[in-house]
Amino acid sequence: MALENILAQFQSSGAQTCFHGRHISPQILAGLNGSNWRLQDYQARGGYQALRKVLGKDGGEGLTPDQVIATVKESGLRGRGGAGFPTGLKWSFMPRQFAGPKFLMCNSDEGEPGTCKDREILQFNPHIVIEGMLIAAYAMNIGTGYNYIHGEIFQIYERFEEALAEARAAGFLGDNILGSGFSFQLHAFHGFGAYVCGEETALLESVEGKKGQPRFKPPFPPSYGLYGKPTNINNTETFSAVPWIINHGGKAYLECGKPNNGGTKIYSVSGDVELPGNYEIPMGTPFSKLLELAGGVRKGRQLKAVIPGGSSTPILPGSIMMDCTMDYDSIAKAGSMLGSGALIVLDDSRCMVKSLQRLSYFYMHESCGQCTPCREGTGWMYRVVERIENGQGRPSDMDLLDNVAEDIMGRTICALGDAAAMPVRAMLKHFRPEFEYHVEHKTCMVPAYV
Amino acid sequence: MISEESKARFATEVAKYPADQKQSAVMACLAIVQQELGYVSAESEKLVADYLGMAPIAVHEVTSFYNMYNQQPVGKYKLNVCTNLPCQLRDGGRALKHLEEKLDIGMGETTADGLFTLQQCECLGACADSPVLLVNDRHMCSFMSDDKLDQLVDGLRAQGNK
Repeated sequence: MALENILAQFQSSGAQTCFHGRHISPQILAGLNGSNWRLQDYQARGGYQALRKVLGKDGGEGLTPDQVIATVKESGLRGRGGAGFPTGLKWSFMPRQFAGPKFLMCNSDEGEPGTCKDREILQFNPHIVIEGMLIAAYAMNIGTGYNYIHGEIFQIYERFEEALAEARAAGFLGDNILGSGFSFQLHAFHGFGAYVCGEETALLESVEGKKGQPRFKPPFPPSYGLYGKPTNINNTETFSAVPWIINHGGKAYLECGKPNNGGTKIYSVSGDVELPGNYEIPMGTPFSKLLELAGGVRKGRQLKAVIPGGSSTPILPGSIMMDCTMDYDSIAKAGSMLGSGALIVLDDSRCMVKSLQRLSYFYMHESCGQCTPCREGTGWMYRVVERIENGQGRPSDMDLLDNVAEDIMGRTICALGDAAAMPVRAMLKHFRPEFEYHVEHKTCMVPAYV
Repeated sequence: MISEESKARFATEVAKYPADQKQSAVMACLAIVQQELGYVSAESEKLVADYLGMAPIAVHEVTSFYNMYNQQPVGKYKLNVCTNLPCQLRDGGRALKHLEEKLDIGMGETTADGLFTLQQCECLGACADSPVLLVNDRHMCSFMSDDKLDQLVDGLRAQGNK
């Protein structure tokens, strides 16, 4: 058997994680089956109609850039990469009249533990990302774009290249698109293993061929971005939401969700559930419903805690989570963040010290080393959590951990410092007795953890 | 040295960027070098630096910053198993341990026959597919139960010994 064939046997088909039929009113993942990712399939399900509408190629008058931005503002779409910043507002920051080159970046550097949605969008529906970027480029008068794809999903990068070639051949990308006079060049870029490059200015440094070390802000990318030129950066899922908004209107999108939290969102559910995968559901859907879609807690165990928005967001006890709805405002009110919408579910057999140990190792490993509080603090926190886990903890360690975490927060160039500190503080806030038990008994309160 | 085919791929990457920004292709060029030669040597860095008009140290900064570049030769098949928290909750650690036993090496080591290098890695962005691993940077394998791991290793071993 050839090497390719050996490896192909183990390739994910998306059957369990995406084509399970348990989405609710999906927009981005609607009508997908794993094989219908090509241009002709996308067009058959209405793809590129939003672009045609914008460019006035469907018999209508077309939309001005201002109208596109107003529609996106009206939709209530907020950044799906983690920060939740209003997308229409972000687009309005771009200096559209700037005569020189401007750049559009798609952030597909999806490496926040728990998050695995952009990979499936790009694998199974790449043209929706291209169409969303095209509309964004039109709205902000941008001529060139790059999609920065996580290096670890190299096959997805190759697929995106294929999709780009299809779009170019059909006249959707390149010069004078559909005879409209609007031109946009789009290319794929791959990372090669650096979590921090998901931070937007680190991503820009990386595309410039450098180490991915974040830049001090301000200046923000709309004034000083790629190669020092005005640049807009959005997440893959954010761009993917745009065609639906243009086709159905901003109001319809907002009404899918709840006020200030428009549309659907793809939630990546991992950890202790029966059916891990991606679930596209309207914003504001109760967490309990999402948990049910994911088959409930594994092996009938009890829900202990949930990390609601990717590994850097503060962990919440199951009881608090069960009262939340899945949207930015509800999760924020509960004391955490919706982040990238990646839920890591932990059942009652899980030890919080051991869980935190693995996360703290990750942040130590991925700190770029630029800022002292993060470079030194992430290692310090890891070593303290490790010694607690190994039964060598000291009674003062919990205060020490909290102190180090507090001293990192807000004192670094980028958010990786906060991302490392927040899980530590939240674990201590909600599960301090488990840490104390470890120190006192030199063993685990819940020894069943595999 | 690098093949003509790889050099043609360099050119495709460089063409994506403005003419005065060839350096943007450095990550792609280094990945191409690694695919052909198995790792990125100082000599390869010099070659890429010359091709892109960069200082060799600027290329080395890239090689040494990003996790996936091999700065030393590795086995014919490099296996990277994700053990981050979402995978740890779904047998990622067990998969790594199983491979250690199956290959009779520890994490970070290479088998005596030079066929396999085994490493743990950080989030691959496929958390719902756990256990997941990467083969030679470019091929992701999902839902890797112990049986599948055996099947993969046996298949690669037969291929590698040809």
